[in-house]
Order: sequence, then structure tokens, then C-alpha cells
Amino acid sequence: MSKGEIVLGCLAPHPPHLVYADNPPQNQPVSEGGWETLRWGYAKLARKLKEIDYDVIVLFTPHWQTYIGTHFLGCEKFESLSVDPVFPNLFRYQYDLEVDVTLSEAMRDAATESGIVTKMMRNPDFRVDYGTITSCHLLNPDWDKPIVCISSNRNRHYYSVEVMNEQAAALGAACRKAIENSGKRVVLVASHSLSHRHFTEEAPLPEDMSREHIYNHSQYVWDMKMIDLMRNGEMKQVFDLMPEFTEQTMAETEGGGLSWMMKTMGFPDYPAEIYGYQSVIGTGNVVAAWDPNANTREVVL
Amino acid sequence: MSVLFGLYVPPHPHPLLAPTQNEGWGQLRDAYDKARTRIEESDADIILVYSTTWPSIIGHQIQAHPEPKWVHVDDDFHFLGSMPYEFRMDSEFAESYRDSCEKRGLVARTIAYDGFPIDTGSVVALKLLNPDNRIPACIVSSNMYANRAETIVLGKAAADALAKQGKKAVVVVVSSISNRMFTKHIEPHEDRIHSQKDDEWNQKILEFFADGRLEDISQLSREIHGQIRVQKVVAYKPAWWMAAVMGQHNNYHGEVLAYAALHGSGGAVIQLTPTDDSIGDKEFDEDDVDVYSGDRDVLEFGAGDMDAPAGVSEDKTTSKGGSKSKKRPIVSARPGENTIQTSDAPAPVGAYPHARKVGDLLYLSGVGPRQPDTNEIPGGPIEDEKGKPRDYDIKAQTKACIENVKAILQASGSSLDDVFDVTVFLVDMKRDFDGYNTVYGDYFEPIQATRTTLAVTALPTPIAVELKVIARAH
Repeated sequence: MSKGEIVLGCLAPHPPHLVYADNPPQNQPVSEGGWETLRWGYAKLARKLKEIDYDVIVLFTPHWQTYIGTHFLGCEKFESLSVDPVFPNLFRYQYDLEVDVTLSEAMRDAATESGIVTKMMRNPDFRVDYGTITSCHLLNPDWDKPIVCISSNRNRHYYSVEVMNEQAAALGAACRKAIENSGKRVVLVASHSLSHRHFTEEAPLPEDMSREHIYNHSQYVWDMKMIDLMRNGEMKQVFDLMPEFTEQTMAETEGGGLSWMMKTMGFPDYPAEIYGYQSVIGTGNVVAAWDPNANTREVVL
Repeated sequence: MSVLFGLYVPPHPHPLLAPTQNEGWGQLRDAYDKARTRIEESDADIILVYSTTWPSIIGHQIQAHPEPKWVHVDDDFHFLGSMPYEFRMDSEFAESYRDSCEKRGLVARTIAYDGFPIDTGSVVALKLLNPDNRIPACIVSSNMYANRAETIVLGKAAADALAKQGKKAVVVVVSSISNRMFTKHIEPHEDRIHSQKDDEWNQKILEFFADGRLEDISQLSREIHGQIRVQKVVAYKPAWWMAAVMGQHNNYHGEVLAYAALHGSGGAVIQLTPTDDSIGDKEFDEDDVDVYSGDRDVLEFGAGDMDAPAGVSEDKTTSKGGSKSKKRPIVSARPGENTIQTSDAPAPVGAYPHARKVGDLLYLSGVGPRQPDTNEIPGGPIEDEKGKPRDYDIKAQTKACIENVKAILQASGSSLDDVFDVTVFLVDMKRDFDGYNTVYGDYFEPIQATRTTLAVTALPTPIAVELKVIARAH
């Protein structure tokens, strides 16, 4: 068996607004569009993914929040209706997905061996979180690849952002080992936004783009600083800045997704492909990818 | 009496799914069963649930699906098993509750979608307290950012809706006391309260509950949050809501039915029944609030100073602890209602907005001179607390009135230049007309709005002047 490898890493935010705006047949609500900059960027990245040979998507989700360690989906198939608890008016999506349980268990075992608290989720009634569904739909609307889904341990409240950043990196190192031993070609996905301060009211027409803007200038400047580092291939610096960024922008990076992905990829020192940046209900979102293959790596934005 | 009794119950699924695996979990289950019996023996029309495990961010959400059903699985404790449910909700009450919330200035909406994920705490509480759906229920969310004012007003709105519908309720708060859980997996027999400090604080709070001192616990909520709560949300708020629904006093018969650890957190089943002769009210420190006027301090929690990265100049108007959040007007999300509330103007003294946009016009409610932050009256009140007349400065009051009008117009996207009609109310025309007229001219001479000045017997607070304005909207 050849050594497994990571063929792409994606920062893939999951606002349900993007699925709502896309009007796929799986989603019940109907919209007039909106957030095109992000959606068109996502579509371009999805086209790139179609041309890549890979076996499985490994996704780290901030909306499966666990407080007792890190959990992994452990059933082969999940089929249900996902309803966003905050925006049920936008997202009621019928999903049908497959899990690569073998790789999921291998990652869990590697994480356990490195001292991380873990659990396999074996309950077939479990409802997969809307963040996972949103990122998977936008990256791979055909749903033709199995996934591994990793929960985010939200224990910054018990420890600190710094400690959880290091734990995410430790999980990344364990996952890398499991991927290499699996012989599989893997696409990594960190499913979250950048700055995450958001409006606490919703426009009467949610897709009214005249109401959409970043929450404030400070958040925007932080987002641009992080994106600029990504564009310049300075992911170790992004990792080092992550605790401060998380605290200053109340970012979902507190779940550890981007730190986990960067460590799993060995802190890329090459430029990220930036597919689009836009705010969603005030939060900052970038669609970005890291392509280890210099021959296929693009300068997108 | 709208509220027959209140219950404080834990959200964790252990008493429902694994009561035999740990003695404490079993005791909590027995207490749940006892509470269920008492509900069945009551003549309650509705079970009204406030769940701390249903977080919302767009105001508050109220479950209005008449028969929600699903098979729920907890994110952490999925290995304990599934929780199939089929509940009966009082949709009519939910709509009434939403309306009451809006009348008190809150953002609220009802939720009635098939498959909406009802939270673990609500599922556990309703399955154990009302297993055969004998009594319809209503569940309201806990807004992540809501602080004391918003949560108390949410409780008062519930009381309004109960009174309006003439319904007798059992109110249920679903919340841990201390909420610090173990961060690793444990065997059932290993469960205990996470720390001695948590246990001591829990015991203290339970003593208060046993004495029926609900309002005292409400007043202690910030301290409780700091001492024994993991800071996932801005505040420990269930006692605020419960006290507001039940009358904000200490006159209850309290009974702690059980107290035990749930994966380290403090779980308790407590009953509070209104009575005439309990510990009695004390001199409470915190002010009461009837109408929510948009002072939700989203930024005060865990956000640091929100500085821009080093080397980049920050936005002076929006960083540093939430000034923008405080100043941002709250606009109703209901199409066609377009009401405006702003914390830059004095809080309304009734259930009305600062302004309402209708077509191209902006109608302002009557605006007095009170200061938005302190409630003080520039130039002094017209009478003292005993009603004895005082000297006051009509010019200062008039200037403050117009500045408040300006603030509301700006929050509405308009300005003083857009005003075209003004009605002025004076409590003493003979004494005050000249002074008021001079200041009025300073502002309105170039604007040339039409104006009417009336003498009135009194205004709702001890002020001498009030302005009513119509302006162009943008």
C-alpha cells in the first residue's frame, strides 16, 4: 500500500445562508439569491475538486460541539433532515451521506494514542450538524465521496484559547499519521468563518444584500491580516496568531479547525488559493484552499 | 394566580436514559417523577419551559409547532441512547407570548418547522414531567447574548401572555446550578460534583431555594455566573427569567427534591410554590425593568477590547467595549412594522417605540428631556419626590428634549432638518413659553417646521416640556 496523502486543504465556511441562496432541491426554503461572491468562489473551488483524484473528505466542524473530548462519526451512513437551530427559516436540508468509518476509527485511535480524549459516535439516530452539511454541499454538491467528521472540543471555557490551539495541533499531528498509514488520498476541510461577531437581528428579507456588511472595521482589518498571511504562505504565523485572533473577533477558530488543518498539512509555506471573501450577517468568511501540488496550484485572487 | 408553581430541573439526559447507573442520577429521576405527579394533580393549563440548552442569537425563539416529533440524540452523551419524542405544544399561547415580547421591546419569533431540533434539556424535562402530553407545553429559548434586562423582560412578557389568556401555568427552568463538567469520560460510579467550591456554592443556592428566596437568587445571578459557571454565555440567567414570570419576590414555599452530580455539574430538582408568608422581600440592589430598549451588551463578554491588529489604526467609533452595539438602533424584523428603539434616547415609559416608519414618513413618540444614560432631567424636575413644586430651568429641559429628538432621528437614518411638523406640550404655558420659544428658535429657525404649542395639566414624569415630531424618512 502506498503512503496516504493530503491532496488539498479547504477553509470552507458554513453559513446556512449560502445553501439557502443556492436553492438546491434538498433545501426546503426558497430564496432570491444573495452572497454571490462567496457562492461563486465556492463553485470555482468545487470545480477544482472535481478534477482532483481523492478518496475521502475529512472535515472538522465547529457545530458539533463536544465538551468531553473529540468525537468522530462512527456509522457508515446518515440520512435525515438537518434544520438549523438558529436559522430554521433558511436551512431545512435533506441529506444522505456516507462515512469512511475505517479512516475515522484510525484517526480516533491515533488521537487516543497521543493522549487526546476521544469517542466514536455510534448512535445511528444522531443528526449530523448543519455546518458539516453546508460545507460538504458547497464543496461537493454531488455528495459522491465519503466523509470523516470530527467534532470540535470547545473547552476553551475550561482552559484557554492557547491550550485549545495546541490541542488542535496535537489532533492534527495524529490525523496526519492516520492518513499516511491509510494509503488514502484525502481532502481536508476546516468548516468555519473568520471573524464571527454577527448581528443579532435579521433583515426582513434575509438575502437583502443592501443590509449586508462586515460587523465593524476592526473585524475587517483582522480578517484581511489573516487572509494576507494566507496569500503569502505564512501559515505558521497564522497558527501563532490564532489565539489573539480568536479572542479579538470571537471567531469560530476557537473550535480549532484551521489550526488542526494547518498542523495536519505541516503548516504550508506556499500561497493559499483565495476564492472569495464576504460577510454573512456581519461575520467574515473566506473560501480558501491549500494545494500541495505546485503544478496545479493557482493564484485565484 | 397565573403560576401555580415553578420547577428548576437539570438538562442532562442521565436521569432519563440511565437512572439506574448511578445513585444520584436515580435520585434526580425520582424527584422528576415526584414533580410529574404534582403537575398531574394540579389544574395547570400549560407547562411553560425556559431552556438554557436552547441557545438563540436572533432575539428569542418560541416553539409553536403543535406536535413536534423527532428522535433526539445528545452531542456529547449519544452513547446513553436516543430520545424519541412527540410533544403537544400550545401554539396559540406561543403566538401570544411572541406578541407580548414585542410589546415589551424584545425581538422574538415563533418556530414551527417539522424536524426543528428541540434541545436536550427541553426533551429531557418534557419527557419526564409530561410523558403522556396531558398538558400542552411551550418552550422559549435562551438568547446567548441576553443579559439581565432582556431576560427579565422576557419573563414579564410570559406573565403578560398567561394573564391575557387566563391560563394557569407550571413554569419550568431547565438549567444546571454549577455547570462545570469533567472534560474526560468517566464511569457512572465515578461521578461527583466537579470541585468543592462548586459544591459549596450549590449548597448555598439550594439553601436559598429551600427558603423560597427566588428574587434573592435572581439578584445574585451575576455572582453565581462568576463563581461556578463555565463562561459559555454572557450570564447565568434562569433565575432572572423565573423570578420575572413568578413575581420578583421571596414569598415561596421552597422544596429541594434532589441534588446530585451529572458528569461533574450540579443537578437539582426544586419546586417553588407561591405563598403569603415566607422570608419576605428585602431591599434589592438591582433596578427593575419593564421594557427592553436595546441595551444588550453583546460586546462586554469575552471580547477583550476588540483591538485591530498591531500597527493598524482602529475604528474609534466601534471598538473599545461595545459602544457601537449600544448605539445601534433596534429595528423590528416584522415586515411593515419598522419600529425604532435606540439607547441614545431616554427609555420609553410604556409599551411604545421611539419612532415608527410608515411609508416615507417617520412618526416619533412624545420625547421628553430625560437623559438616556442616567434618567436625570436637565434643569431639574418640576417637583420633588413628595410632589412639592420645585424651581426648574425650562431652557435646559427644552434643549435636552430637542437633543433627544435629534438622537432618535439619527438612529432612524433621518435628521432634524427633515422635521416638518412639531407639537409641543408645556405644563406651565405662562411661566415657560418664552424660555422654551427662545431655545426652540435656536434649533428650528432655519428649518421652518410647522408647530403647535399646547398647555397640558401634567406629563407622565416630572418634566415641563415634551415634543411630538413628524419627519421625512430616508
